[in-house]
Amino acid sequence: MVSTRSRKAHGVEASLGIPVETLRTIYTRMAQTRSFEEAAARLFTEGKVHGTAHFCIGEEATGIAVCAALKPEDRITATHRGHGQSIGKGMRLDLMMAEFLGKETGYCKGRGGCMHIADFAVGSLGANGIVGGGIPIAVGAALSQRLQRSPNITACFFGDGATSTGSFHESVNLASVWKLPVLFVCVNNMYAMSTPLRKQANIPDLAQRGQAYGIKSVSMDGNDAIGIYLAARDAREYVRENGPMLLVLNTYRHMGHSKSDANVYRTKQEIEEWKKRCPIKRMRERVVAEGVFTSEELDAIDAQALSDVEEAVRFAESSPSPRIEEAERDVYREASR
Amino acid sequence: MREITYAEAIREALCEEMRADSRVFLLGEDIGIYGGAFGVTKGMVQEFGEERVRDTPLSEHAITGAAAGAAMTGMRPVVEIMFSDFLTIALEQLANQAAKAHYQFGGQVSVPMVLRTAGGSGTGAAEQHSQSLEAWVCHVPGLKVVIPSTPYDAKGLLKSSIKDPNPVVFIEQKLLYRQKGPVPDPGQEYDIPLGVADVKRAGTDITIVTYGRMVPRCLEAAGKLAADGIDAEVIDIRTLVPLDKPCIIESVKKTGRAMIVHEACRTAGFGAEIAAVIADSEAFFHLDAPIRRVAGLDVPIPYNPQLEASVVPTVEKILAAAKDLLR
Repeated sequence: MVSTRSRKAHGVEASLGIPVETLRTIYTRMAQTRSFEEAAARLFTEGKVHGTAHFCIGEEATGIAVCAALKPEDRITATHRGHGQSIGKGMRLDLMMAEFLGKETGYCKGRGGCMHIADFAVGSLGANGIVGGGIPIAVGAALSQRLQRSPNITACFFGDGATSTGSFHESVNLASVWKLPVLFVCVNNMYAMSTPLRKQANIPDLAQRGQAYGIKSVSMDGNDAIGIYLAARDAREYVRENGPMLLVLNTYRHMGHSKSDANVYRTKQEIEEWKKRCPIKRMRERVVAEGVFTSEELDAIDAQALSDVEEAVRFAESSPSPRIEEAERDVYREASR
Repeated sequence: MREITYAEAIREALCEEMRADSRVFLLGEDIGIYGGAFGVTKGMVQEFGEERVRDTPLSEHAITGAAAGAAMTGMRPVVEIMFSDFLTIALEQLANQAAKAHYQFGGQVSVPMVLRTAGGSGTGAAEQHSQSLEAWVCHVPGLKVVIPSTPYDAKGLLKSSIKDPNPVVFIEQKLLYRQKGPVPDPGQEYDIPLGVADVKRAGTDITIVTYGRMVPRCLEAAGKLAADGIDAEVIDIRTLVPLDKPCIIESVKKTGRAMIVHEACRTAGFGAEIAAVIADSEAFFHLDAPIRRVAGLDVPIPYNPQLEASVVPTVEKILAAAKDLLR
C-alpha cells in the first residue's frame, strides 16, 4: 500500500477521508472492547461472574465503526453481544464492568447485567436478551425522532439470527412504510448460536431481506473498520433524508456463542482463518501503512486501554452489591407527570 | 349529567389527552379513516391528522414494540390492538420489553405507553376473537392492568392510564361499547386513580368482587337478591394491577361472605388471586362460608350463540351461587 502522510482538510487533520481524531477513537474503542472482554472472560474463569456473557471478539469493527459515524444525539439499540456497540456509543468501562459483576454502581444497578445494559444519557437504549427484541424499540425511537422533528437517527444492531424473526420483518416493513430514520445494522457473524447461515436462510446475501421491504440494503466486509465507518457515515445521511437502510456487516466471532459453548459446530481451521482477519490488527496495519499513526502510538493506545480496563475491574470489584431489601425497587415508576 | 356511550367516553379521553399533550399519539390497525374496528377512534384522524392517528400494517409485535420505543424516548403512545386475542402476537414486546425496561435498566427510563384492546365474548366471533386474557398480563411485573365497566370509569381511567409513567394494558369490553352512562361534560375534569376500586352497590350480606362486563350482571343479580331481602355489596375492582386489596378485605370483614365473578376461564383466572388475597388476610377470620368463584368455563369460546352464552357467567348463575353461599 502506498504510504500517504496525513494532511489537513477543512482545518481538521484527516487521512483516508476520515478525521485523525475519529480514527484514533475507532482504534481506541476497539482496543478497549477487546481488553474489556478479555478481562471479562478472565473474571469468568476466576468464578467471579454470575450468569453468562456473549463476547464480540473478532467483531469489534462493526459496533465501534458504525457508532463512530453517529452523532452523540443519535440513538442505538444493541444486541446481547453488545459490548462493542455500547463502548462505541460512549458508555463508560467502569460502569459497564460494574454492571457485568452485578454491582449497585453499574449502569443498571446490577439489575440487568451485560445482556440488558443501557445508558440513556448517551443514547444507548439497551442491549437485549431477546434476539430481534430491540428492533421494534429502535423503530419506535426513530418514530419519536420523526414526531419530535429531530434531525437525528437511530441505529439498530442485530445479528444474522435475528433476521429470521418475525420481529425483524415486521419492524423493517414498518420503518419502511413510515420512512423512519433507522439504520438497520446486521452484524452477520454467520452463526445463530450453532446454526450456520446456510441453515438459516435460503439466500446468499442477507441484504436481500431488506430489499424485500423496499429499502436500500448493502452488504459489506464487517472486519474493515475504516470501510464500515465510511459506509455508515454515508448511510447516516441517507437515512436522515430517505428513511431506513440496511447495512449487513459480514464478520465472525472468535469465541463461542456464550460461556457454555464448546465450539463443536465449526472447525479450528475456520476459526484460525478468521483470526488472521482480526479487525483490530487490520486497522493497525492500515493506519501504520498510511502513516496516520506509528506502531508505538498504537501500542500506547493498547496499553492505555488495558490499564483503563484494569481500573474498571478494580472499581467494579470494590463496588457494593445491591441490597436485597431493594429487590422490589423500580418495578414501577412512581407517578409524577 | 349527560349520558354517552362507553366507546364515546374512551374517544373523549383520547381526544382530551391529545389536545392537552402533544406527546400523545395513537397507532393501530384501521384506527384512521375506518375509525377502529369498534368505532372508538371515529373522526379522530380528521381532527389530529395521520401523523398522530397512525394506521399501521398488521404487525402487532412491531407496533407494540415501536410504542415502547417511542415511550422510552419522550412520547406517550396509545396502541390499539384490535382484539385482546392478538395480545398473543404482541406479548413479547409487552412482557419482555415494555414491562421490564424500567427495572432492568436500573430505573433509567420509564415506558409511559397504553395498550388499548377489546376483550370478551358475546359477539359470535368464536374462539380467536372472544377471549378474556387479563390474567396473562397481570402475571407480568411492570404492567398495570385496567378493565373499566362504565363510561364514567372508562374515561377517567383511560386519562389516568395515559398520564401514568408505566405501561398500562387497558382492556375494553366489546359488549359495553354501546352502553350509555352519565359522564361529566367535556372540560369538567375528574380523577380516577389507578388502583382504587369502586363500590358499585353497598350492602351488608355478601361481597361480590367483579370487573368489566360482569359488573352490570352482578348489579342485576344484586337487585334480584334485594327482592329476596339479601343486601349484596358489589365491588368493581376497575384496576387489576395495582389491586385495591383493602377495599376487598374491608368489605368481606363486614359481610362475611365473598364471591368473585369474572368472564375469563376459571383455572388460574384473576379470581383465584382475589380469593387468595381474601384468604391471606384478616378477612379470613370473618368468613361464614367458603370463598366462591363464578367464572367462565375452562373451554375456548364456542361459535353457536347458545353455547357461547352458556360458557360465561349469567345473571342466573351469579344469583344461584350467591343464594347457595347464603344458605
